[in-house]
Amino acid sequence: MEDKKQRGQRSLLPLLSSISAIVVGLLIGFLVLLCSNASQAIPGFGAILTGALTHGMKGVGQVFYYATPIMMTGLSVGFAFQSGLFNIGTPGQFIVGGFGACYVGIMMKSLGGVHWIVALFASILLGALWGCVPGILKAFFNVNEVIAAIMMNYIGMYGVNWIVKSYKPMFNNLRNESNPVAATANIPKMGLDKIFPGSSVNGGFLIGIIFIVLIYLLLNKTTFGYELKAVGHNRDASKYAGINEKKSIIVSMAIAGAIAGLAGGLLYLAGSGKHIEVVDVLASEGFTGISVALLGFNNPIGIFVSSIFIAYLTAGGFYLQLYEFSVEIIDIIVAVIIYFSAFSLVVRLILARLRQGRKGGNKP
Amino acid sequence: MEYIVEMLHITKRFPGIVANDDITLQLKKGEIHALLGENGAGKSTLMSVLFGMYQPEEGIIKVRGKEVHMKGPLDANARGIGMVHQHFQLVHNFTVLQNIVLGAETVKGGLLLMDGARKKVMELSEKYNLLVDPDAVISDITVGMQQRVEILKMLYRDNDILIFDEPTAVLTPQEINELILIMKGLVKEGKSILFITHKLNEIKEAADRCSVLRRGKYIGTVDVANTDKEEMSEMMVGRKVNLTVEKEEAKPKEVVLELKDVCVKSTREGHVKNVVDHVSLKVRKGEIVCIAGIDGNGQTELVQAISGIGPMDGGQLFINGEDMRGKSIRYKNTHGLSHIPEDRHKHGLVLKYNLAYNLILQQYFEPQFQKGGFLKKQSIYSYGEELIKKYDIRSGEGCYTTVGSMSGGNQQKAIIAREISRNPDILLAVQPTRGLDVGAIEYIHKELVKQRDKGAGILLVSLELDEVMNLSDRILVIFEGALTAELNPKEVSMQELGLYLAGSKKGGQEDGR
Repeated sequence: MEDKKQRGQRSLLPLLSSISAIVVGLLIGFLVLLCSNASQAIPGFGAILTGALTHGMKGVGQVFYYATPIMMTGLSVGFAFQSGLFNIGTPGQFIVGGFGACYVGIMMKSLGGVHWIVALFASILLGALWGCVPGILKAFFNVNEVIAAIMMNYIGMYGVNWIVKSYKPMFNNLRNESNPVAATANIPKMGLDKIFPGSSVNGGFLIGIIFIVLIYLLLNKTTFGYELKAVGHNRDASKYAGINEKKSIIVSMAIAGAIAGLAGGLLYLAGSGKHIEVVDVLASEGFTGISVALLGFNNPIGIFVSSIFIAYLTAGGFYLQLYEFSVEIIDIIVAVIIYFSAFSLVVRLILARLRQGRKGGNKP
Repeated sequence: MEYIVEMLHITKRFPGIVANDDITLQLKKGEIHALLGENGAGKSTLMSVLFGMYQPEEGIIKVRGKEVHMKGPLDANARGIGMVHQHFQLVHNFTVLQNIVLGAETVKGGLLLMDGARKKVMELSEKYNLLVDPDAVISDITVGMQQRVEILKMLYRDNDILIFDEPTAVLTPQEINELILIMKGLVKEGKSILFITHKLNEIKEAADRCSVLRRGKYIGTVDVANTDKEEMSEMMVGRKVNLTVEKEEAKPKEVVLELKDVCVKSTREGHVKNVVDHVSLKVRKGEIVCIAGIDGNGQTELVQAISGIGPMDGGQLFINGEDMRGKSIRYKNTHGLSHIPEDRHKHGLVLKYNLAYNLILQQYFEPQFQKGGFLKKQSIYSYGEELIKKYDIRSGEGCYTTVGSMSGGNQQKAIIAREISRNPDILLAVQPTRGLDVGAIEYIHKELVKQRDKGAGILLVSLELDEVMNLSDRILVIFEGALTAELNPKEVSMQELGLYLAGSKKGGQEDGR
């Protein structure tokens, strides 16, 4: 029993440190508010904390809507982390996935009821393709996956811009963005519109949760997850054990890419009026995924919670404008929280040491 | 004779465990004093107390006759106490000189003054016969040289109480001899040395006196000259330890492993060299064949070629008569090959996995442990429990212990348990007892002999001459990648074997060449 209790306590450590990171981050965020407009800082801070709930269930629905893509990009980063890879390629995978979804959504109008499913599959497929390129380079040529993935980000972004722009049926040249997808390509609401009337939340959120559960099971319950994590922790020992570590790296990156690609699909098929804008900026949803994964300690369940948390702050942040703060402030505050989630590792060490001190020594 | 360091009646408790129980350690000026004890006997705790990392509940520390209260390593340094850690604390892309000076730089107006330092380092290096090149970069020099840099670091800071924490664990036999000479030179110049180890041979050779700890208790201090190895090991382990392995005559049966002209090439600075040079050998079931050699003569590459971790550039490999060329590591693993790897942290274990997961590292995909791709948690953990019990693997939380937090001896036991439990036909055992204490070594040797008697063929690679002589039924000498001699351990003396290892004697070729 003692064993169980100790294990339980240890699994609380990351949670405690994440929470402390959030608290410190919020406090510093408050300082930022004070600096930019002292008189409005307190109501502004209130808006961050509660703004998302201003419109009741609609607000909650919006939070889930914002959370969906970053939950997926976060899951992508966290999953790759578990197998020892840093997938910084989420922006590229996200945008090519989104492009795949839009392409099917716009061009293949005759698919009817399965239209949105095919479109989502296209996003998964393209994302996987984009993810497995750095994986292949890493496995066979030992190219650092970070470098390769960053390059793939730009190839993805410019490639998508170029195709969208030069491909008449897809391009809306008045607004410099992609045309809307066919109505059949929009993900069904799956009843969420009844619970959260008036919000943009849709079945994509549920699909996201399904993927969270799938990846959790994959990592923790299957031999495949055993292999992936073994390769992540120790490539040499995995090779010694007869695990095909090259295959593991490639498959892991492909899955990570597929999830990030799906994130793009879920956003652009949400039916909320989002289109691929032809601008030379990497998709921020991709990078936010890194923050989500960090804050959620790369654990699928943690990522679910942290994505909702960040979406909650983002939603609240819009209301900051009421108090004459610019909306960028909320980005700064989120950034500060992320910054302190790295700091939370330190907190975790301190907590662990305190416990060790009480228990005493490093002796078995 | 005056004592330069006295630790009197030190007691250090941690909740649930008394790590040091009334320990007295007295270091005379100008002696080499060995501190002997098994893994976990309390040696490290005692040193941490001396360096002020832990405060003892009872007892006092005296340095040069005066009672002191250490608050941390800096305090200890200020009193002339320095330590060479088992894992060196060097900056790898700095030069020797930069490493020595690091933390004790002479600075004038923000500029480093290295000339004085260089002079002092060279003087010390000559005085103690350390022969280091001050401008060599750490990553380019041998482990033995790196250790000398560590020694110079202490001398540069004018420490005269030197503590060596298991200094020989990483050295080759030659380097060990040289180190012992250096240590003797140091005490001749008035330094005092505390030498932490569990290797009895080295104590016999180097130390004047020896204090023994066992399970946190002080057992006694003996004069090394008047005490034989058996007595010391009995003090350390608490029972009679058999330093020679008891085994019956081998009864070799059919050939299980056969190598024909195996080559491994390595390209260094544009030159292609055979690090494993046309090696042919046979291992039969029921015998222990030992590849003896000085570290770096191709043993590692040879074993990695057999197991498949490393490349094999030429020749043929048969296991149970089946040609294994082009077969995957997993195929070999599931067709009779087990491998106790040289580097247990690099290859042997996934340190962040728990013990149960590590015990199924090559078997997780077998029907016993998975169904339809899903791990069978219950049978994994019950299998783990079984091995833990059978092989007496000690750890804090049983199956759930993160392997990285276990002691080296128990990590090694876990690997051996895993490899033996797979009932191999051929077991590659590479330095299976490296860094372990006498009790664990005895245990592992017994297990290997038991496997042999059950009919496995064992290919042992060892750098320890004692182990080679004690354990093997046949000795193959490897020198510069080639097998140079086949010897019978009963007919060859330790000295003679040494000559073969050094390459100055050859002969008795392996059959088939």
